[in-house]
Amino acid sequence: MKQSVVAVNIREMLRPLGQLLLFSLGSAIVLSAIVLVLALILDQTAVGLHLHDRYKLSLYSYTLVNLPQVVIDGLTIGFVYAAIALGYTMVYGVLEFINFAHSEIFAVGAFVGVEILIALDATGILRSASVGMAYAYLILAIVMGMAAAGALAVTVERVAYRPLRGAPRLVPLISAIGVSFLLQDVIRLVEGLTTGQFNRIMPTFGNFDQRLNLGRFTLGEANIALGISVKSIIVITAAVLMLVGLNYLVNATRIGKAIRAVAQDRPTASLMGINVNRIISLTFLVGGLLGGAAGVLYALKFTRIDAFVGFFPGLKAFTAAVLGGIGNLTGALLGGIVLGMLETFAGSYLGVFTMGAAGSEYKDIFAFSILIIVLIFRPQGLMGEHVGQKA
Amino acid sequence: MTARFGTALLRTLNAGILPYLLVLTHIGLGTALVYWAPRSNIAFLVLISSLFSLYALKTTRRFQLIVGTVLALLIIPVIGVRNIFYLEVIFQISVFAALALGLNIVVGFAGLLDLGYVAFYAVGAYLWAFFGSQQYFVLPFAPGTQPSNLPFLLPGDAFYLFIFIAIIVAALTGILLGLPVLRLRGDYLAIVTLGFGEVIRVLANNLDKPLNFTNGPQGITPIQRPTMPEWAVQGFNDLFGPLIGHTVSTADMYNLFFYLAALLVIVVIVKVTRRLDDSKIGRAWTAVREDETAAIAMGIPLVRMKLAAFAVGASFAGVMGVLLAASRTFISPESFSFMQSIGVLSMVILGGSGSIPGVILGAAVVTILNLQVLQGFSLYLSELRQSDAIIPLLNFAWKDLSTQLDPAKYQRLLFGLILILMMIFRPTGLIPAKRRMRKLADEQTGGE
Repeated sequence: MKQSVVAVNIREMLRPLGQLLLFSLGSAIVLSAIVLVLALILDQTAVGLHLHDRYKLSLYSYTLVNLPQVVIDGLTIGFVYAAIALGYTMVYGVLEFINFAHSEIFAVGAFVGVEILIALDATGILRSASVGMAYAYLILAIVMGMAAAGALAVTVERVAYRPLRGAPRLVPLISAIGVSFLLQDVIRLVEGLTTGQFNRIMPTFGNFDQRLNLGRFTLGEANIALGISVKSIIVITAAVLMLVGLNYLVNATRIGKAIRAVAQDRPTASLMGINVNRIISLTFLVGGLLGGAAGVLYALKFTRIDAFVGFFPGLKAFTAAVLGGIGNLTGALLGGIVLGMLETFAGSYLGVFTMGAAGSEYKDIFAFSILIIVLIFRPQGLMGEHVGQKA
Repeated sequence: MTARFGTALLRTLNAGILPYLLVLTHIGLGTALVYWAPRSNIAFLVLISSLFSLYALKTTRRFQLIVGTVLALLIIPVIGVRNIFYLEVIFQISVFAALALGLNIVVGFAGLLDLGYVAFYAVGAYLWAFFGSQQYFVLPFAPGTQPSNLPFLLPGDAFYLFIFIAIIVAALTGILLGLPVLRLRGDYLAIVTLGFGEVIRVLANNLDKPLNFTNGPQGITPIQRPTMPEWAVQGFNDLFGPLIGHTVSTADMYNLFFYLAALLVIVVIVKVTRRLDDSKIGRAWTAVREDETAAIAMGIPLVRMKLAAFAVGASFAGVMGVLLAASRTFISPESFSFMQSIGVLSMVILGGSGSIPGVILGAAVVTILNLQVLQGFSLYLSELRQSDAIIPLLNFAWKDLSTQLDPAKYQRLLFGLILILMMIFRPTGLIPAKRRMRKLADEQTGGE
């Protein structure tokens, strides 16, 4: 009896991993196939000739050479979006409320983590740290970022959302937008007052910037090098761990049961002896913790952060959550991966395929177009249940 | 308690001829203060707030109309030309009031949260910026490489025509955006409109290639203005020259012209909004806002009504965009950021969504906070920074204060605070809409 419970728990924890692998591979293969076919078609046209003049390379080979790197980059950025999307989807699942301030909670996590690392860097111990200690410091930064973001998320819920529970849907949303704007400027104020600079640079330490070479092979005239940076591996591992842990919490523990009960029917859950307010606070705490961790990971990956760092990743993570089916944890991760892939593919190939007329500057539009298309044709998302009109 | 005290106070103030005297004194005082102290912010606030007392105190409609006209067409022009900065502030208030009135139709009447409203403003502005400048002939050139002797596509007087074209184009944009997204639930709609606003900004930023439509981040300049006849400048100088104390230049007359144009647009918008609110469409909007399912059951064509709201709101913004492009003679994507959309939203929320006087008040308060109070505070801080003053107790020299602390740049903080505080403490706004007030009154009597 006891053993079967453990088995169920482990199965609950690992179940999303299979789907994850499937979707990562699936979207990578489908997108690669699309760009390769496009490249083949356009090779003999003006587009191909234009490229050939510049790089002495056929469009097809150009596409192929870049492909592995694009897939890896897409996966990495996808996992960053996914980690943020978990926070949106968690709160939406319970309250049916878009926590617009989640992007700033993410930013606060990033700032706290980076500030701690900068402080450590100033004492000089980061530079002399061994590889093992470097990881320990990074984990410390992530944990502190998580703590700060979690605390902030709970505070924001208590101050700005709880008084509005039960009000029409748009009222807490407007308040959340207000919180988002307020926090952006508070971050800016604090950062500006302390150093006079609005942006922070993640210090370089440890072996995070190294690239692991996975191999090199030639395909026709194209010479393909496969590599992945340590950072990207950390980001992907951390995001997967977050999903597994969250999935365990929600689907296999008593607290998770309470969370699901509150999500399904708040009054009844309350009658069953569940402290609804505490569960909602807890939901925000978990969302904030995940957001904070995602923030530090984002800073690790992209190095430079400023007060508005949360806005676009936040919007895209929301798109990812909707794409995967909002309220569905695995869906958020899948949505993030698909979106990250699409965006990286668009950013890398759009410029070449349109002869420079529309380049990577349009990749932000991509996310919104996907959002609109998904909402119109499949509002429940890739994995979600039907989202009905709830009065 | 305070509310009861307020009504009691209003009742005493509204007795007999007292309100007439109060309004006239207020206006007279404001005018005198601004006339003698043209640089004082407080004097300006006294004058501007007299509009509010004209609205709030109970006088006859004819009195309000006459005094309002004198204030808008005589006092403010004279005073504004004496210190052009006031005219600028009032022009900005009018622009934002028109935008807020447009957003009010979408948010306040139809209950659709539009977070990308400035997109329509941008459509209007770029419309006139493209046709009213040399941009048509710049099309083949990358930004910054065009020859300097290009002709203008249209004469400046086409401005008047483009005001009407902007109504149509902006309304069509609203419908185009609305068609796919209006079936969405409220919170999704908000995010999608936000996305649309960003799309327009990204397009404005990047449509400088392959053909240079928008000139990218540098923006389009110069944009033409309608011609200013010589006799108008001459006439104004002859009439008001002695009062103003210096000869009025053509540039000042343009400021005056755009102020009057904005005023005219607002009067039309208010009239249209009033009529719409009392019409079948207005009632349909209310029904949609309060309960979509019930509205459908009553036979209201949901999508068509929502589209109408989007189109009307968008057309107001489009007109103001044309006005803005002409008055600034320069347009860049920066003016149409997400922050501007939220700024307009905070005006609507502060004043009271669905309430015409409320929204105008909201626009005035937020714009004045933005342009006068925050900037005044900035100036004050920079003066402190240059002085040798030290904060007592803390022993902190003002000189060491980071130059990044510039209150004028903290608009987001302002907008954010307004949104949060209003939602928690007074979701109906400073001047709640009449229909909502009636509802509130019903609830109160029902409770007793």
